Amino acid sequence: MHNDIEFRSVTKNYGAVTAVSDVDLQVPKGAFLALLGPSGCGKTTCLRMIGGFEQPTSGTVLISGREMNGIAPYRRPVNMVFQHYALFPHLNVEQNVGYGLKQMRPRIEASEIARKVALALEMVRLGGFAQRRVHELSGGQQQRVALARAIVNKPAVLLLDEPLAALDRKLRTAMQIELQTLQRELGITFVLVTHDQEEALSMADLVCVMNTGSIRQLGTPQEVYDHPTDLFVADFVGKTNRVTATLETDGRTLRLADGSALNVGERRGMTAGDAILAIRPEAIRVDRHAKPGATGFQGTVTNRIFLGSTAEYSVAVPGLGDFLITSDRRNLHESELVEPGQTVFLGFDPTTAHLFPVSSSA
Amino acid sequence: MRALVFALYLFLYAPIALVVLFSFNSGRNASELVGFSTQWYGRALSNPFLMDALQTSLIVAFTSASLAAIFGTMAAIGLERLGQRTRAVFDGLLSAAIVVPGVVIGIATLVALVELFSFLNPAIAAVWPGTDPPKLGLGYGSIVAAHGLFTMALVTMIVRARLASLGRDIIDASSDLYATPLTTFREIVLPQIAPSILAGFLLAFTFSFDDFIIAFFVAGSRTTLPMYVFASIRRGITPEINAIATIVLVASLVLIVMARFLTREKKLKSGAVLQKA
Repeated sequence: MHNDIEFRSVTKNYGAVTAVSDVDLQVPKGAFLALLGPSGCGKTTCLRMIGGFEQPTSGTVLISGREMNGIAPYRRPVNMVFQHYALFPHLNVEQNVGYGLKQMRPRIEASEIARKVALALEMVRLGGFAQRRVHELSGGQQQRVALARAIVNKPAVLLLDEPLAALDRKLRTAMQIELQTLQRELGITFVLVTHDQEEALSMADLVCVMNTGSIRQLGTPQEVYDHPTDLFVADFVGKTNRVTATLETDGRTLRLADGSALNVGERRGMTAGDAILAIRPEAIRVDRHAKPGATGFQGTVTNRIFLGSTAEYSVAVPGLGDFLITSDRRNLHESELVEPGQTVFLGFDPTTAHLFPVSSSA
Repeated sequence: MRALVFALYLFLYAPIALVVLFSFNSGRNASELVGFSTQWYGRALSNPFLMDALQTSLIVAFTSASLAAIFGTMAAIGLERLGQRTRAVFDGLLSAAIVVPGVVIGIATLVALVELFSFLNPAIAAVWPGTDPPKLGLGYGSIVAAHGLFTMALVTMIVRARLASLGRDIIDASSDLYATPLTTFREIVLPQIAPSILAGFLLAFTFSFDDFIIAFFVAGSRTTLPMYVFASIRRGITPEINAIATIVLVASLVLIVMARFLTREKKLKSGAVLQKA
């Protein structure tokens, strides 16, 4: 099984600023990889280095096993869907989509180009739009033209630079499903850049979380969500409640700021000292009263946000701060709806909550 | 307030309207309208000196505007690739070239050319194998050079504005779709900036065609149309001059309206197409 994309200790500097720092990355053939991170984390620079628009300062980028250093974008077997689509305004839809095929050498016959373009437009459900000018199309349609323009060339890798950012919510969800289906049908490796964790988790089968120029975690969406390797990943991929605490020398007793203690079980890789307990909002159960033997905190509901199928609560716990809790409505009977001002018990399992050393937040 | 504005416009346009009106006067005298006639147009077009001056002006305007369009566009593309600071310097110099008074450009070009010729002509004579060495002097070449240099700045500024609005994205996109830099220029950049280049050409043409001051300094023995008009006015204003002035006015207006039409802002339904990253 060879890799479609490989980064070997790739660094990219802009003057004194390091955008990407010593990144190693392997993307297997046919994968759907999401580069996820806040703006300025280096994800777009990585994408542009695959596309050939930027050259690494040091290290090597390989595509399909071939070294790509110094090779111009027009000689690379990859195509990109640009954030603002970058359609050619003086060409119609058909000419836009056929542009890449027209450049190929040896030349492809015009009839063959027309056939392939029609097929690609059919694939993105723009069958009757071949003769339209691009400025006559809506944002979603332009987006699909940009997609067709890239996939029609059957690249080894398709690069997507925040392709859904400019679309409204409903269209975005529809395109997410379309992109996933397309990727499965084509079997092309997709590399998606996004700052939207929901987008990354829902579409990709491999998520690469980046921050300040380096990779924090690479894994399946479930891995990065359920087993974040550090506090940054835990925070960025989904919401987290943080509780500052101290791990005692026995390695299993956690002393909280309010003086209480929790048994967090055996933790590998954790040494005694300052630590942060990270609890997912949906891992907390809201009850009127503490169940016998349950672990948790007593607090007061300060706010409730009704979201339809779920509800979000803010609960102030004396000595520990505010907690965010997501409550699934299926588990909530009418009588259990909690009102702001009420005192509740927040129950959770301390042995499954994440525990990180304090220094991992950077 | 309204009356003042009206008076201002009257002051601006009434003389021009009079020139046009009197060009159709059938009488010889410029002070009284006798009747309608196009005889002065016929008279003007059959005057060999005038036709010669018109031809000179057209050749100079066409050549200098063509050169300005080509080199101005090249300069605009080159400037796009410079660093921020160098570009700012060149942008400043471009604007300066446009605000320098014509009289200064005229004198400066004349002095520079005379110096150059007095250095080159003996040098050419020294290496010339025959007995009659060619002698460089003022004429077509010097007017074209002076006009071309000046109007190049105009073209560069117009094309630069268009290039800047193109954005890096569609050039990257073309490159991503296997187009070499040359193909990208031919297929993507050129079609986008062509209207601006043409607009620049038309403005350069108008400028060169209308210019008197610079041509006056560097024309040598050549006479351009504005120079002819100036010279013949000293023998009194004839309706013939009015006819020429009207022709020049209409031609200039048409060219400028065309240039304006070519550089108008295109309204797009969706801003995304031309949006910059």
